[in-house]
Amino acid sequence: MTNLRQIPWLSLLVLLPLVTGVVLLAIPKGKIGLIRWLSLAAALVTFVLSVGLFIGYDETTAGYQFIEKMDWLPALGISYHLGIDGISAALELMAGIVVLAGVLVTWHVSDRAKEYFSFLMFLAASVFGVFASLDLFLLFFFFELAVFPKYLMIVMWGSPKTREYGGMKLTLYLFLGSVLALVGVLAVYFQSGLLTFNLLELEQAGFGVEFQRLWIAFIFIAFGILPGLIPFHRWPPHGHVAAPTAVSMLLAGVEMKVGAFAALRAGLMLLPDGMRFWAPLVIILATINVVYGAFIAMIQKDFKYVIGFSSVSHMGLVFIGFATLTPEGLTGAGLQMFSHGIMTALFFSIVGMVYDRTHTRNLGELGGLYRYMPVAMFGFVIGGLVSMGMPGFSGFIAEMPIYIGAWKTFPVSAIVSAISIVVTAAYILLVVRKVFFGEVPEALKPGVSDITLRDKIVVIALSGLMIAIGLVPSILTPTIQAGVNHILAILGGA
Amino acid sequence: MAIFQSEIFLAILPELGLLVLAGLLLTLSLLKNNRVNCCLGKVTAIGSILVAILSLFLSRPGSEPMLLWGGMLSFDSAGFVFRMLFLVGLGLTAIFAETEEVVRRRPEFYAMLTFSVIGMSFMASAADLIMLFLSIEIASIPLYVLAGSKTRNESSVEAGIKYFLFGSLASAVMVFGFSILYGMSGTTKIGEIYSAIKTAEIPLAGLVGAVLFILAGFSFKISAVPFHWWAPDVYEGAPTPVSGFLSTASKAAGFVIMLRLMTILFSAEHAYIWQLLMAVIAAASMFGGNLAAIAQKNFKRLLAYSSIAQAGYMLVGVAAGTDLGYTAVVYYLMTYVFTNLALFAIIGWVEKSAGHSELSAFAGLHKKSPITALAILIGLLSLGGIPPFGGFFAKLLVFGAAVENNLVWLAILGILNSVISLYYYLRVLKTMYVDEPVGEISLNPPSAEFRVALAVSIIGIVVLGIILLPWFNLATFAASGI
Repeated sequence: MTNLRQIPWLSLLVLLPLVTGVVLLAIPKGKIGLIRWLSLAAALVTFVLSVGLFIGYDETTAGYQFIEKMDWLPALGISYHLGIDGISAALELMAGIVVLAGVLVTWHVSDRAKEYFSFLMFLAASVFGVFASLDLFLLFFFFELAVFPKYLMIVMWGSPKTREYGGMKLTLYLFLGSVLALVGVLAVYFQSGLLTFNLLELEQAGFGVEFQRLWIAFIFIAFGILPGLIPFHRWPPHGHVAAPTAVSMLLAGVEMKVGAFAALRAGLMLLPDGMRFWAPLVIILATINVVYGAFIAMIQKDFKYVIGFSSVSHMGLVFIGFATLTPEGLTGAGLQMFSHGIMTALFFSIVGMVYDRTHTRNLGELGGLYRYMPVAMFGFVIGGLVSMGMPGFSGFIAEMPIYIGAWKTFPVSAIVSAISIVVTAAYILLVVRKVFFGEVPEALKPGVSDITLRDKIVVIALSGLMIAIGLVPSILTPTIQAGVNHILAILGGA
Repeated sequence: MAIFQSEIFLAILPELGLLVLAGLLLTLSLLKNNRVNCCLGKVTAIGSILVAILSLFLSRPGSEPMLLWGGMLSFDSAGFVFRMLFLVGLGLTAIFAETEEVVRRRPEFYAMLTFSVIGMSFMASAADLIMLFLSIEIASIPLYVLAGSKTRNESSVEAGIKYFLFGSLASAVMVFGFSILYGMSGTTKIGEIYSAIKTAEIPLAGLVGAVLFILAGFSFKISAVPFHWWAPDVYEGAPTPVSGFLSTASKAAGFVIMLRLMTILFSAEHAYIWQLLMAVIAAASMFGGNLAAIAQKNFKRLLAYSSIAQAGYMLVGVAAGTDLGYTAVVYYLMTYVFTNLALFAIIGWVEKSAGHSELSAFAGLHKKSPITALAILIGLLSLGGIPPFGGFFAKLLVFGAAVENNLVWLAILGILNSVISLYYYLRVLKTMYVDEPVGEISLNPPSAEFRVALAVSIIGIVVLGIILLPWFNLATFAASGI
């Protein structure tokens, strides 16, 4: 067993998609079959790796595991330093699942397939890398690696009407968020006087309260742009809607968590006292996110925008969880990141399946699709139940602790954001009725067919996973709690 | 004494080597032989590589600066590293010049390029105002001619004249600044002027006047706001390889003298004035360049404005005024030389077939030549500061230096500018990857040496972004000599 631990699993996880991306670019463009199978193979291997890491993560010893460290630029304290704690182990698993699902549901892409799958792999490498980084420099390195795949994938394969606007908006917002955070991180770096970007050492640095209050605002809000924290909630729906299916899945499913995760790692965990000071403000903003996002989602006419705004609403809950600074809230936030990642990926994949067959996303023009694609409907309903926080599904075990945490610290927020549960139920049921039930519009009848076997596998697997977590939360909770305990130790010790 | 003698020549070995190269090129021009004339680019490139190798082994400076040639030249690490940078610029430009039909067979083009690099090398090591002025002129005058070397092309001639007029005005103003310094300190030796400033022998008012005049000249060389007006017109009109050269080697030469001036000022009293001044110029250059670049339809003009902004980013490092800041500037210049030379080379190549360098010529480039499109992508993303390319780390260093030295506001302005610049870089990518080609433009495959040079530049950009250690050490080494 000791030998198994010595293999650089995390490097494999991060570098495999990266190398695959480069190799794909070198393949002649005619060989679509080879391109697809190679991407699938890479996605499968990364999936297996992420599962292995998740299972291999020993929650009894907790802390950071699978650590790899290599000097990169010692003069500035930059190192290639990978490792995962409980939360990132769960997020790596989520990313592994979403990437595999993304490759499967967009298997049919044949327009410039080589670039498509190559960029998808770069995007995957970026998210795997961010979750595994224990060095702030490396974290930014991986994060910004995703800038051009994101943009190019949206403008090259996105929906023609809005892709240029949506793609540019999304990319610039994300870039702005990350580089603003970079200034904050540089301030932390110089203030610490340790001359290191090593997160483990910076966690112990103990910054002055004044310093923490100033810079946490910077880092936390800047990273908050990524998950669409108010007032930066306007980019995700536009960007996610404009993106092609697999990219929507990755962006809303994984990339939004990257922002939340980075806010946790580089913000909360480095500057806990500052976080305590700003927690009420974050709670207020996040509560607005939750409620406002849900209401906006309800009035959307476009199938995909509904999901886009629902992400804004659900990510608000993650931030409420963070800002409670309680064990319940943080655990809930970790679970919510996982659950929302899978759920949104499922939603966007179904939106993509429906759109590919009906060529419309206008809710008014859809209807009666359960007759053609019962499995898609089944998946959407399961996703909807998760989204509403129904007991027995992963959404419940994620949202419940967040509400408990909020109730303990900011009861008003718990009450107000609970409104969103009702609104969510309303818009999900509305969409289910409009898309899957009722009469099939005449215009749709020709051409609509059932989803493919690959799609069915994805839908059933993702739905099944969410039910499994809902019924047996202990698949996930111990690992996430191991990560949360570490954060609580930092909070308590500071 | 014998050792001293050899030092004196070894110190200027690169310049001597380049002089031989220029002489060789001029001799070749007498032959008027087509078979020789077709490979002049290769001759120049090989020559610059040889000179680089020679000086790498023979004229390495020690850790302490050494004054040679009667105090005219300082033989130090900064001069050494910058000379290497100029030689890289020369070699690559000589190869990339093949895309310009009018100049590629003219030996005097390459000789002029070489002379200019000799001037730049002296600029990097000048330790005396007279020497400094002379070397600036040696570097500049060939460039005026080169910018206008497409004599049958109106915009090239206009570029040459414009560059010459602006340049000579800037030189004149700069010399006036030098004369004030000389008048107040009674010496042209920079080291002695330095101590005169330090002991406050020169009154502040006089110093401010002199520095402002000198800065005008230096800012012209690096195309910083408000002395940037020449750049877009000249870059657009000049033969494309020359534009590339102007925006890289020439700018680097401007930066080395800027750095040397600023170290002197920062170590004296009232350093905050100079720091603020630098910071303001930096901010103005970043905003001026980036905002103007958004509206550009011509790729060369776009890069011209972008290069004004790039000068702004580098000035952020200068304004920081710390070792880290200077290291950042050198690192930035290293990535920048590869990036802009590669970009201008590709523009030149497309221009050769399309006849113009409007962005529409690049529409759908991805379909026609995926590899060149990828090269442009790498270049532009590096300029935008995206990993894994050199620009990311260079920008990180520059902004880091600003944050370290309490210039957080400047770092934030820089960050905002990175976002603005990403906007127009991404739009170019969109043009290449999404838009349909306009008209039927068939691209001729470039020559083997062009491909090699392009590959070298692109690999340089990537290597500078991933393997940080040796280049960072080199940049630190250079900064230690400033």
